[in-house]
Amino acid sequence: MEELLGQILIQTINGVVTGMILALVASGLTLIFGIMDVVNFAHGELLMLGAYMGVVMLALTGSFWLALVAATLLIAIFGALMYVVTLRPLIGRDPLTTILATFGMSLVLQNYALWQFGAVSRKINEPIVGHFNLFHLDYPWYRVAVAFLSAGIIGGFWLFLKRGTWGIWIRATTQDRVMAQAMGIPVPWVLTGVFAIGAGMAAASGVLFGPFGGVDSTMGLNWILRAFIVVVVGGMGSLAGSVLAAIMISLLEAYASLWVSPSQAIIVSFVVLILTLLWRPTGLFVATPK
Amino acid sequence: MISRRHPVIFWSVFTVAMALLVVAPLVLPEFWRRFVTEVLIWGLLAMSSDLLIGYTGMISFGHSAFFGLGMYGAAAALLTTRPANLWVALLYGLVAAAGVAAFVAYFSTRLRDIYFAITTLIFSQIFYVIIFTSTKWTGGENGLNFDQPALAVPGLFSIEFTPEVLHWFVLAVVAGSYLLLRRITQSPFGMVLQSIRENEARTRAIGYPVERYKIVAVMLSGLFAGLAGVLYAIQNQFAAPDFVFFVVSGQTVIYNVIGGVGTLVGPIVGAAFFLLLSEAFSRLFTATYLDPIGLHGLVGMSYLVPLGVIFILMVIFMPQGLLGFAKRWLNR
Repeated sequence: MEELLGQILIQTINGVVTGMILALVASGLTLIFGIMDVVNFAHGELLMLGAYMGVVMLALTGSFWLALVAATLLIAIFGALMYVVTLRPLIGRDPLTTILATFGMSLVLQNYALWQFGAVSRKINEPIVGHFNLFHLDYPWYRVAVAFLSAGIIGGFWLFLKRGTWGIWIRATTQDRVMAQAMGIPVPWVLTGVFAIGAGMAAASGVLFGPFGGVDSTMGLNWILRAFIVVVVGGMGSLAGSVLAAIMISLLEAYASLWVSPSQAIIVSFVVLILTLLWRPTGLFVATPK
Repeated sequence: MISRRHPVIFWSVFTVAMALLVVAPLVLPEFWRRFVTEVLIWGLLAMSSDLLIGYTGMISFGHSAFFGLGMYGAAAALLTTRPANLWVALLYGLVAAAGVAAFVAYFSTRLRDIYFAITTLIFSQIFYVIIFTSTKWTGGENGLNFDQPALAVPGLFSIEFTPEVLHWFVLAVVAGSYLLLRRITQSPFGMVLQSIRENEARTRAIGYPVERYKIVAVMLSGLFAGLAGVLYAIQNQFAAPDFVFFVVSGQTVIYNVIGGVGTLVGPIVGAAFFLLLSEAFSRLFTATYLDPIGLHGLVGMSYLVPLGVIFILMVIFMPQGLLGFAKRWLNR
């Protein structure tokens, strides 16, 4: 009995930790969608490239935190370039074409990474090695730190949206692009900036996740699928909805993995998705649409 | 469309293309014979998805589920029924695909546009995970192997599948499906689908039950995709979870965009173009070709990198696809 309680407690913490990383991935995705009507299929590949950049930078600098910052900035710049080259020409066309363009991008990036870095998974060492005792089991501090760091990044971004000129510009562009342009807001730069921020968030989550599961060229697809589920369940374009949905789904998956293998536990999130589609197709955590 | 204005031109082009494809296995070497047969099967899959992308305006990223279930349905029939019967395999495959299609259609047609694309993708992954993890029934990662059934009509004839016979069989099925799909898209039902694509709100306002039309469209599309899956299973004598995986769905969409959506023939052209280029690129990126010209840095690069770039360029600069581009060029 006590053992089961301990297991449940551990899985709860696990669920919240992976939920926070998932929330970081999904919030980048949902912001890009909410603000610029672009479904970024390449979001998972940006995460994967970020993780690889983390591996490279860690080897160069020797510091995990430096690597985290460098990878985030590099992928943000890369995201901005990618936006200008592949998505800016599509402004004004059917939003569905953006899903095609970013899908092509994800193919290119994934296979490029496979060629460049090989099929063997790379490892990022944990920067914090300490453990603490929890129900006779060692739990690594690093995981707890990751949860707080992800929450910090999301919270920081939320503040950035609420305060400061750029935040106001971004929200104005979301509401009415033409009017924002007329008021002198540099809309093309705002859109590029938002995409860069989303890419940077994906890269950061890639580096943070690196020590858990290793880094390989196919990790992007796994994450983008879960992020898509989160975004649909949470309500597309809603930041708070994504965070809540990410934690809920990760918790459910963590509890499910007490009884079934982790590869089958993902079916739980599929079930959540189906139920959401049945009763609240607009998302669980958004106000009822009129 | 050319076909509607000039039925004579359409039928003569159709006959010439059919004649070429019938003769193809007799003159082509072994490798290319197999290649043409595969192009036809992938073309059928792409064509089935064109009913959604091109005619109803819904992008499906989940066609691998229908294709894969067609494969596994055929596998189930060929492994459990004795003696193995081609028509039973076809029936099982179609029933399996139709079942999945009904399930996916019911849920995903509640959503539109991007949401539809994402949910179909997620649904196909559900089936991938289920097939991948239920090792006992599906063989898990290894998939299922089986023997080719004979092409037989009880009481009439029975012949073994040689590569030529298989090619003609596939050609007959694909051509029949094409004519059927063409008829569907020109029927009143097809017209409603196209009006949903053009303006869904107005179609609903006129009084058409849009949701029901969409569900039927997804099911029809899934049925033809399942048919392609059965053909592929019979050609290759195996069913594997890789074919339920998202990559197949993605390639289906690529075939459509490259060839030209809303044309039915376009997706087949797109599949041929894509598979030819992937063959060419994967040969090019080997040491034999790149070392002499000093580009050995590229050895081992996947053909999907240049193909992905071509795909992005086509999305941006040639959204009407190869066939649409050719048509516009001919009309000038």
